[in-house]
Amino acid sequence: MHNFITYYLGTGIFGSLLSSLLPLLWILPYVLLCVWLELKVSAHMQDRLGPMRTGRWHGWAQPIADMLKLLQKEDVIPTAADKFLFVLAPILVFVGGYAAYAAIPFSPAFIGANLNVGIFYIIAVSAIVVIGILMAGWASNNKWSLLGAMRTAAQLVSYEIPASLAILAVVMVVGSLSLQDICDAQSGWLWNWMIFSKFPFMFITFFIYFVASLAEANRTPFDIPEAESELVAGYHTEYSGMRFAIFYLTEYSNMFVVSAIASILFFGGWNSPFGTFMSGPIWGVFWLLSKGMFFVFVQMWLRWTLPRFRVDQLMYLSWKVLTPFALVNIFAVGLWMVLRG
Amino acid sequence: MAELRTEQMVLNMGPQHPSTHGVLRIELVVDGEVVVDAIPHIGYLHRCFEKHAEAMNYQQVVPYCDRMDYLSSMNNDLGYVLAVEKLLNIQVPERVEYIRVIMAELQRIASHLVAIGTYGLDIGAFTPFLYCFRDREMVLDLFEMTCGARLLYNYMWPGGLSHDIPPGFVEKTKAFIKHFRPTIKEVNDLLSYNEIFVKRTANVGVLPADVAINYGASGPTLRGSGVKWDLRKDDPYSVYHKFDWDVVVGTGEMGTLGDCWDRYMVKVWEMEQSLRIIEQAIDNIPEGNVQAAIPKRVRPPVGEVYVRSETPRGELGYYIISDGSQNPYRVKARAPSFVNLSLLPEISRGYLIADMIAIIGSVDIVLGDVDR
Repeated sequence: MHNFITYYLGTGIFGSLLSSLLPLLWILPYVLLCVWLELKVSAHMQDRLGPMRTGRWHGWAQPIADMLKLLQKEDVIPTAADKFLFVLAPILVFVGGYAAYAAIPFSPAFIGANLNVGIFYIIAVSAIVVIGILMAGWASNNKWSLLGAMRTAAQLVSYEIPASLAILAVVMVVGSLSLQDICDAQSGWLWNWMIFSKFPFMFITFFIYFVASLAEANRTPFDIPEAESELVAGYHTEYSGMRFAIFYLTEYSNMFVVSAIASILFFGGWNSPFGTFMSGPIWGVFWLLSKGMFFVFVQMWLRWTLPRFRVDQLMYLSWKVLTPFALVNIFAVGLWMVLRG
Repeated sequence: MAELRTEQMVLNMGPQHPSTHGVLRIELVVDGEVVVDAIPHIGYLHRCFEKHAEAMNYQQVVPYCDRMDYLSSMNNDLGYVLAVEKLLNIQVPERVEYIRVIMAELQRIASHLVAIGTYGLDIGAFTPFLYCFRDREMVLDLFEMTCGARLLYNYMWPGGLSHDIPPGFVEKTKAFIKHFRPTIKEVNDLLSYNEIFVKRTANVGVLPADVAINYGASGPTLRGSGVKWDLRKDDPYSVYHKFDWDVVVGTGEMGTLGDCWDRYMVKVWEMEQSLRIIEQAIDNIPEGNVQAAIPKRVRPPVGEVYVRSETPRGELGYYIISDGSQNPYRVKARAPSFVNLSLLPEISRGYLIADMIAIIGSVDIVLGDVDR
């Protein structure tokens, strides 16, 4: 599809703009779907029905109504806030979240930018989010926001390490940082998927990555940055209306990014689990999205089941549990490769 | 290396904060995220209960008692009517006593369900909260079919009850008990013994038994520290002496004795004990009238009385002075939440802000009860 666009529109500004807007085609409906799904998943886990009226069929139009409501809200900027940073923060957060989509291979034929350092790029660009969040917390001029922002920065930076170490193990096995290459390496039936190779080390790797990615997406049990019972709403306490919606959107889009990476690294990405059956460029999109959505569902599942860690316990888990295990794991995978090839 | 210059920060928690369980304001002095001092400021929900009570006759005070601790209205009423009856020196029929005990214990379950559910919410677990409220709903349905109200009942009157129990009440209560026993286990699986939950609450906000006694703590807060003190057992009122049940105390199973987990768990265990009491009472309700013959306007003899009873939050005492007129000369309520709240600065120093939430929740205050 990307090729299709570049073929007809060239690589000029217009073509690049159009192809870079393509992920939005996915993100916007996805976020709406996800918000609705979260409402319904939480409701059914809690013995409720959730929204049932808006749009008649199981309240499907609820997120659209929510979005319209947020659009109409007054745009409040607190008087004591640092206006420039306050306005800039949500944009920066969104950019960080959105830019990651550029390197995600949606199918063998569509990837925004087939970088040879794809996964490295995603890790790097996601780190911009930290700056945005710190900015939001600081600019709000609210102590709760500041506490939330400090926690977030500490958490995101800490969990980048085990996450990156886990990713490194996969990179070692495949021998490439390009996400397309990682997908290609797992083609064929589902037992070719990375999670089953070098058993059980890749399984441990996946586990470490998944736990760390929960923290990176600020999801329960690591949702301390916005722990609503402690910090009111964390770094976005003072935000309302569309700016709040952007934080919200980014959270959900980040959920998908980490889920997509998990499925690309460990579950074959756009590969069909059944060999050549149901595979190809179009099916590829289907497989990646469904695998991604599955992990998004798991994240929701965890959110509505588990309590929340305390900030020091969170740091403990990252530095004293996940990081050492990830290091040992890399060593084990390396040893395996040296001994067994 | 030069010492990094740091400053303490004063942080206002509340009165509009999701986890202060009402309009409590806590002035936190924090060093980073470590709490150096916590000063509770109260009075946002003050409704002049004691002054109101002086301006109306004895029966009319009951609805105001309802509104003190709005999660355990039945227990508040029970304490008040016991005090008035003692002042009048009248004996109510046995049937009334049994129904009162059943209602009080059902209310204790409902109140503890709120405490447990919201505590899970404070720790970040949303789902147990809704499970607890689902079951509380069943108790409220029982109250609704009895007296028409779901939160503020005005059910216990001096000398009797406003209504007799309706037909079908006994069966519905039994059905509730049958449904509720397994649910306690469900809550335990989902929350009480959850690894993260235990990590968050064990060894946090430790309240040693002697400190608890010195502060005059009562209820689950005191029993969480391992002190076996329950007025239903130690100073029995109504017909509590007729039933076979145990006073549960904290064990320090997960951490230190008297930590948040113990205070929380005592409430879970108490619900089981309440079920035991209801089970024994529900089958043995004697026949009789539920309204003892007392005049419309009571004029107790000159005198004073102090009656205490065990509400879900601890010892609720009413001190009533009568000057022989229709209206009480003075009604003073010794509210358990108020006394338990005074512990807060003592047990929260040195913990993190996140622990602060766990501590407030475990002390289980109702601001209506604190401010009255």
